[in-house]
Amino acid sequence: MEKLERYEPLVEDFDAFLDACQRPLPSVVRVNTIKATPERATAALDEEGVDWTGREWSDTVLELDTDSPGSTWASYHGWIHGQEEVSAIPAEVLAPEPGERVWDACAAPGSKTTQLAALMDDSGLVVANDNNLGRLSALRFNTERLGVTNAAVTNTDSRNFSLKPFDFDSFDKALVDVPCSCEGTIRKNPTALDDWTMDHVRSVAGVQKGILRRAIQATKEGGTVVYSTCTFAPEENEAVLDHALDVEDCRLVEFDFPLDSRPGVTEFEGEAYDESVRKAKRFYPHHNDTGGFFCAKLEVTG
Amino acid sequence: MSDDGRTGDSPTNDGQRFDRLPATADDREVEGRATREEVLDWWDQRFAIPPESFEEYTFWEKGKGKIWILRGDVASPIRIEALGMKFLRTRQEHWKPTTNAVQRFGREASENVVELTREQARRFVSGEDQELDWDGDWGYLVAAHELAGELEPLGVGLFVHGELKSPVPKGRQRDL
Repeated sequence: MEKLERYEPLVEDFDAFLDACQRPLPSVVRVNTIKATPERATAALDEEGVDWTGREWSDTVLELDTDSPGSTWASYHGWIHGQEEVSAIPAEVLAPEPGERVWDACAAPGSKTTQLAALMDDSGLVVANDNNLGRLSALRFNTERLGVTNAAVTNTDSRNFSLKPFDFDSFDKALVDVPCSCEGTIRKNPTALDDWTMDHVRSVAGVQKGILRRAIQATKEGGTVVYSTCTFAPEENEAVLDHALDVEDCRLVEFDFPLDSRPGVTEFEGEAYDESVRKAKRFYPHHNDTGGFFCAKLEVTG
Repeated sequence: MSDDGRTGDSPTNDGQRFDRLPATADDREVEGRATREEVLDWWDQRFAIPPESFEEYTFWEKGKGKIWILRGDVASPIRIEALGMKFLRTRQEHWKPTTNAVQRFGREASENVVELTREQARRFVSGEDQELDWDGDWGYLVAAHELAGELEPLGVGLFVHGELKSPVPKGRQRDL
């Protein structure tokens, strides 16, 4: 926990924050609307005697009263998919429409890819890329298990992603849910911070900048890019946005999200960031009883 | 000019890329490749799933006889890792649909659908073969059970010699 002490100036009610970080997460799943309606999925859970609680902000996010949501008929059929509540945020913010072309730049293991496909009614095209071949097999397994038929899977470094295989030259939207230092996942994985170093934060921030830049370049003018991480580090969040604002044609846009959040921060440890990064949202574990998360919405200005 | 031994050969299946299936046998350039028409016929003949169900989909071969289904279309050929969903195994005596394809599209089947009890369904998804009283066709069946008020496909089963075999892949098997 001492690795989180550096965030004390940013987080109100810091003790409650630290306490929340030490509690396990509730067991949350997303209903896969490609295969079932929320009504049918909850009816199946009822039949099996698995208690569930809905979420006010979404009829597809359910908390289950079981530690093994995978051992249910609803899961076998691909009607539900284990996905932490905050992990369902960025695809909702991106809000892809049926028929659109969407790039999921860091797609494995596929929770967000399959959510994008569901939001698009499994139409249009999701290009799901990941640079790691091992993780790619999990991505492919999950897209097929959940019945996704509108996804194309590619295996390259997103920083150098090429649209060459495809017969179009830009995406309508892109989701940039980057690899990060994962501080926000401490409730799911208590050892998440064991390998945390400032060097790692700096190195991963470099990769994040490269991926976000490529996503902005690959998205059409007027299109939307959503940038997200599961970390609290401003070096990987606001600083990356600040860099993208500097070097690419884009701007941050306001968005509403029906969970309690705090705005992006404009200064940290002597660094100052563009004022507009306030439009990003920070989700803290003690506010909604979730993991930690960061999400920003950008418009490509061409 | 070219001396790679392929000059004049007809096109062959390239396992590293996706090629869209030809519409009909007349359009076929690659020997042994299934056509769109044959694929639609197969689902219609075997499970009475009408060809119109697949109007918005394209079919692709990558890997020998592995047919993939994509909602929509992309450029062909295309060298990427995956495209849509693995759908059907051809280039063998009996064509075989995938578990995931049957889960996704099998709801529309009205022939060769076997309804299992909850206990039989449990055995099926754990990968067990079981005796079955079925007086219909032998071969690949849609195995289904009732869940939340409707019949829901569990996957593809293989019925032979009075036994329902479970081809549910290891990674999809569950103990429920």
